[in-house]
Amino acid sequence: MTLYVDRREALEKAFIDRDDQVPRGRPRSVTRDALRRFRHNKAAMTALFVFGFIVIAAIVGPYLVPYDYETPDWEAFTAPPSIESGHYFGTDQNGRDLLARTLYGTRISLLVALIATTVSVIVGVLYGAVSGFAGGRVDAAMMRFVDVMYALPYILFVILLMVMFGRNVFLLFAAIGLLEWLTMARIVRGQTLSLKEREFVEAARAAGVSSFPIILRHIVPNLVGPVVIYASLTIPEIVITESFLSYLGFGVQEPLTSLGTLISEGADALGAADWLLFFPGGVLVTMLLSLAFIGDGLRDAFDPKDR
Amino acid sequence: MLTFVLKRLASTIPVLLIAITACFFILRLAPGGPFDQERALPPEVLANLRAYYHLDDPLIVQYLRYLGRLAVLDLGPSFVTKDFTVARQLAIGLPYTLILGGSAFLLAIVGGIAAGIYGALYQNRSADYVIAAIAMTGLVVPNFLVAPILQLFFGVRLAWLPVGGWGDGSLRFLLLPVVVLALPHIARISRLMRGSLIETMNANFIKTATAKGIGRRRVVLNHALRPALTPVVSYLGPAAGYLLTGSIVVETIFGLPGIGGYFVKAALNRDYGMVLGTVIFYMGLIVLLNLLVDLAYAWLDPKVRQR
Amino acid sequence: MSFSFRTFTGALALSTLLALGTAHARELVMYNGGDVTSLDPQKMSGDWEDRVAGDIYEGLFTEDAEAKPVLGVAESYETSEDGLTWTFKLRDDASWSDGEPVTAEDFVFSFKRLMDPKTAAQYAYLQYPIKNAEKINKGEMTDLDQLGVKAVDEKTLEITLEHPVPYYPSLLTHYTAYPLPKHLIDKVGDDWVQIANIVSDGPYKPVEWVPGSHVLTARNEHWHGGKDELDIDGVRFLSMEDVSAGFRRYQAGEIDLMTDYPKDQFKFIQENLPGQGHFAPFAGLYYYVFNSTKPPFDDARVREALSMAVNREVIGPKVLGSGEPAAYGWVPPGMANYPEEGARVDWADQPYAERVEKAKALLQEAGYGPDKPLDVTLSYNTNDNHKRVAVAVAAMWKPLGVNVSLVNAEVKVHYANLREGAFEVARAGWLADFNDPVNFLDLLKSGIEMNYGQWSNQDYNALLDQAAKEPDLGKRAEMLEKAEKIALDDNAAMPIYFYLSENIVSPKVEGFVDNVFDKHRTRYLTLSE
Repeated sequence: MTLYVDRREALEKAFIDRDDQVPRGRPRSVTRDALRRFRHNKAAMTALFVFGFIVIAAIVGPYLVPYDYETPDWEAFTAPPSIESGHYFGTDQNGRDLLARTLYGTRISLLVALIATTVSVIVGVLYGAVSGFAGGRVDAAMMRFVDVMYALPYILFVILLMVMFGRNVFLLFAAIGLLEWLTMARIVRGQTLSLKEREFVEAARAAGVSSFPIILRHIVPNLVGPVVIYASLTIPEIVITESFLSYLGFGVQEPLTSLGTLISEGADALGAADWLLFFPGGVLVTMLLSLAFIGDGLRDAFDPKDR
Repeated sequence: MLTFVLKRLASTIPVLLIAITACFFILRLAPGGPFDQERALPPEVLANLRAYYHLDDPLIVQYLRYLGRLAVLDLGPSFVTKDFTVARQLAIGLPYTLILGGSAFLLAIVGGIAAGIYGALYQNRSADYVIAAIAMTGLVVPNFLVAPILQLFFGVRLAWLPVGGWGDGSLRFLLLPVVVLALPHIARISRLMRGSLIETMNANFIKTATAKGIGRRRVVLNHALRPALTPVVSYLGPAAGYLLTGSIVVETIFGLPGIGGYFVKAALNRDYGMVLGTVIFYMGLIVLLNLLVDLAYAWLDPKVRQR
Repeated sequence: MSFSFRTFTGALALSTLLALGTAHARELVMYNGGDVTSLDPQKMSGDWEDRVAGDIYEGLFTEDAEAKPVLGVAESYETSEDGLTWTFKLRDDASWSDGEPVTAEDFVFSFKRLMDPKTAAQYAYLQYPIKNAEKINKGEMTDLDQLGVKAVDEKTLEITLEHPVPYYPSLLTHYTAYPLPKHLIDKVGDDWVQIANIVSDGPYKPVEWVPGSHVLTARNEHWHGGKDELDIDGVRFLSMEDVSAGFRRYQAGEIDLMTDYPKDQFKFIQENLPGQGHFAPFAGLYYYVFNSTKPPFDDARVREALSMAVNREVIGPKVLGSGEPAAYGWVPPGMANYPEEGARVDWADQPYAERVEKAKALLQEAGYGPDKPLDVTLSYNTNDNHKRVAVAVAAMWKPLGVNVSLVNAEVKVHYANLREGAFEVARAGWLADFNDPVNFLDLLKSGIEMNYGQWSNQDYNALLDQAAKEPDLGKRAEMLEKAEKIALDDNAAMPIYFYLSENIVSPKVEGFVDNVFDKHRTRYLTLSE
């Protein structure tokens, strides 16, 4: 909730406003149009390519490098990058290969972001859909609760959760996902409100289908656009939150690592072993920048004002 | 006007209560206690300490006692920094936090708006891209990475500025921490401002003004700026909360006193009273700022004023 | 390929000049680590608090520049023949910073307050050698007047002990034995410690305290040592948790003395700041404790195998980088009333490769092998150094076929787990409170809170009890050494290294003497311009 407020707000506006403006038709075509526009956005496509490369490197990379991420090289502690030794990124303070650790750390950071994003999307979609579908007082009460949650200082609760779930970082980020679903819920509610009046929903209801399957079958598939954009905004946010928590000492358990952990360790060695900061920091910044461009591209692609 | 303010303040009480309750119980469910430390205490001493701070009562009794004391504005003792009450510590930290946060806030607004206007006026020219690139970088580089690099460069290598400490509170000491704290917000505000100004410039009344032959500079400053500020203003309310995230890191790295640092330390030390005190304080601050933002809204947008 | 910044030294010289222009005259700025939690000496617990307290208070004994106990507020003392009664004559000129004299009554008041369960003083147990102290502190005896501390007259104090204590002067330098200003506490109660009220009897007095930032001290004009003995006007004790940031401030000349340093900078300091890094043996032990109540760690063979497989010679120089000495015994070298080096494990001098083979055999014997690997959870509190050691140890255990999962937790959680026995192998450490081996040997005694692993050996306990009553120091040392050997042979816990005191001292500061207690009172330091 801290990072891309500007775009998040625009996103909310775009998706909530749209249904009033757009003539009723097959909503799926919006997604298709958007994808076409996105493909023509050079910056976004480059960013997508870079991000894809990082993801693939994080997944298969660890199997390709000569060293693993946890075994110390007793001959090389805090060794600078070198081609001869095979430590292309150097080694850390425990003699472990930094390239392997950076790849592994990227994997963990992405995984953690994925967990939190998934949790927040699921909760947001369900909450928003139920709220929109129920309507009336239930809707009002549920949205009032969202407003209340918006007013809470996010980072205070992140730290409290960290204190509570400090031992298991995956659980911690699932919990953080529980703080992130508000925007998603609002968008979904807006969509649901306008969708539920349509003929096909009416028809389904007349045929005796109960509410929940209607939500799943008719409303959820219409959410591909917002979910994708939402994810492109939330993933970098979680990666940053993760690095912030690592700085406070709540990273993943050794010998696993994450980009945030690597960077906060590297920051301590600044001036003495700069490669420890340089490489993981470079990967993090590249990744976040590419995600930011992707997010921008998606927003533009889905924004009805450009049409 | 007054009724509006009072109503708004009253409506925040349930929010505050929810936050306090959540904090209280999350904190108590978290493992470890304020008196666990490197050197174990004999059970008798531990029992004495717990009795001294009433930690041996049932949790619900403690909760009610806390609320009771809160009703008379007593935030209770600090379990860790024993010589100070929570209120006293907050009072000591407040001026530092206000000066640091306030300066960063101002810098973010002025710098962000200026950069945003510039970017909008020179849309899609090289200056715009440079600003966008800097803004994007400011957003994605974590502040615990920026801070050491600036310290090393300006403090240690060039020796232009003090590396840390409050000193006499003069600009020399504040410059680096304020810049680090404001950086991501300058970035965000400039993006908001740029987008909003471009949109406003396309509005009919601006087109009319331009058609009348009023100079571009005057059009922007006299006509477009005020309506374009709305999204920036709506960002300022939550920004206080985001400044908190930053201030935790900035205070630690620059060795400054202040409330952001208190919160994290208190959470780690399980200083229950102190954590709750900081939460209440920050929520109060955010409520107040949001109120100011609403008033500013009314000034900016006549439509809101009439309502 | 090298990414290092190079031109530090020039910048350092320049910035030192700049800093001098602005800093207050003769104010020492110290990186002091953690936050001071109280100025009440009975409510402190950390070495960073001791640095402040040792400057502002003075007990019957105090430390000299080498941290050896010397007379403080006491002018002279006598010991009875059985070693149980100590009579102190207080200095006539000892006075509080408000000019009131320090009296024997102040000490009586302070010891009673320390032992009063209502005070809930965390380290009261250190003074349990005083007669009836333990009973009063534990609530078994309610009459505070039964405590073995008496004011004979205004300037004469008599302390009666439970048993002879050869290290008593050293114990009296501890902050739990500082006097408190009775006249002030009688008047304002617990508020005496507020900066506006507080008075102290040491060479300095606190004048400013911003929680989370610093404590500032100034000369105490009423201190008996007089003005001439002090060169430094006051100390700014900085609370800073980020040691890397602290070191950058040191490099810029903003800090004169660092009580810790970022490990990554060791080489940099040795190369670029010659003579400023003070790394000296420190009376402290870094060890891993086995939970002896839980299988498989109730099996001495498993404990021995794990301990043998740790290559301690690598940990200090390579993993930590500042060359901490390997620990093969339990008591750090250089403790008083004890041989320079006490007992050692039998395999201390065996080549490492042989030890690994032996360890494998021991595990095999205990029923663990390739088909039944041993799973170990290794816990440590979140800290960069602890992490490095744990990662290295885990890598050393791996060849034995041991699967290690590392678990780190915040200090509070880690020690809560230790207290509750919720661990398998865990990191712990001990810094000496006073100069005697029992301070360390007590850690393995049955029924002591700090004996986290709950290792228990009756012979060991009996030897310690016997030694406590033994007046002959030579015989006592023999008993203690025998006890140490028992603990080592049974691998009660796993010593890893002895601490080094790690101070970075600016060339401006003189009179800084490395010592095993890492106590450097400001009154012995001078600051050159």
